[in-house]
Amino acid sequence: MKSCLVVDDSRVIRKVARQILEDLRFETFEAVDGQEALNICRNRMPDAILLDWNMPVMNGIDFLRQRRLEKGGSSPVVVFCTTENDIKHITEAIQAGANEYIMKPFDREIIETKFLEVGLV
Amino acid sequence: MKPADFEFLASFLKSTSGLVIGPDKMYLVESRLMPIVRKRNLPGLPELVNALRIGKDVALTQDVMEAMTTNESFFFRDKTPFNNLRNEVLPKLLEARKNQRQLRIWSAAASTGQEPYTVAMVLKEMAATFQGWRTDIVGTDISREVLEKARAGMYSQFEVQRGLPIQMLVKYFKQIGEMWQGDSSLRAMVTLKEANLLTSFSGLGTFDIIFCRNVLIYFEQATKKDILERMAKQMPADGILFLGAAETVIGLTDALAPLKGLRGVYTKVSAESSMAKPSALASMPIKAAASR
Repeated sequence: MKSCLVVDDSRVIRKVARQILEDLRFETFEAVDGQEALNICRNRMPDAILLDWNMPVMNGIDFLRQRRLEKGGSSPVVVFCTTENDIKHITEAIQAGANEYIMKPFDREIIETKFLEVGLV
Repeated sequence: MKPADFEFLASFLKSTSGLVIGPDKMYLVESRLMPIVRKRNLPGLPELVNALRIGKDVALTQDVMEAMTTNESFFFRDKTPFNNLRNEVLPKLLEARKNQRQLRIWSAAASTGQEPYTVAMVLKEMAATFQGWRTDIVGTDISREVLEKARAGMYSQFEVQRGLPIQMLVKYFKQIGEMWQGDSSLRAMVTLKEANLLTSFSGLGTFDIIFCRNVLIYFEQATKKDILERMAKQMPADGILFLGAAETVIGLTDALAPLKGLRGVYTKVSAESSMAKPSALASMPIKAAASR
């Protein structure tokens, strides 16, 4: 079973995303900001991360840059999932090493097709 | 819906667009037609059916046909056909057409344009290979409304997130307010035309590759056979046909046969001899082999 870490400061979004991911047979766990996500990755690397952009303490893009610099930086697969929906943010995310990008609001089908795109399902 | 009304609608759709709607699809008919009832301020479906019976309202006829035939479309729908196009079909045709340097591709149920634009993106990703080539991508559909949308090449945030890899979005689309529009070079690669698969399409010319996916499922056997055989006539001997995952030519026509190893990909039976090359594409068509 593949694992996915859901990083979002909104409890509601985490819950919705988890529901969808669990239906796709992912083992899921959660982090509320980039810092917590970094700590989790250092202890137990997930196969994938669904990553919000704007969060307190450490935001998504800073987390991603840091993650890619650390040991085994090419993993995990990172799918951004954010309300930032302009080309500038998308380009910045890809350059920082994001594998895919979801613009909120999302639905089950979008998560599924994006995860399929990066070979996770 | 009254049985008599449903029967009328079923025969109306059969004769105008070839659609076969069984009683199990009654809910589908209702859900697709209710927006028209509301748009025209009709009291309900029976009144809409009556207006169709009278038959004087051409716009209504068109609206009903469009509502029933319009299907949701995705970029890179089902993924595999486009991998097969890029990795197997195009390399073979590039070799076979290296003197003419011309390739014509038909998306026979283009709907809102996702399929022809997907083909255009596949070609663009191979731009170096196609340098100096003339490539035509023709998209046709029965519905004027979807063709207008296809020509604009304008898609919602939801639509561009179904199947379109993010790198492709960044590369080939421009953000316009809340929408995303295929850029002018992508749109210039695709010609969109109105066409009904039930009537002659010989005027479109010949095509090296035809995509006709998830359309035949709506037609009855005799209509499927007729469409497939007329398509075969529009293809050169080594022409390629892509059908949807749930569709086949087997049991319908001998004019086309599956290509071994490539699911959903078919070629003309007469193409056999020119396919004797050592690639997956070159494998002898199963049907042709069995019939000899």
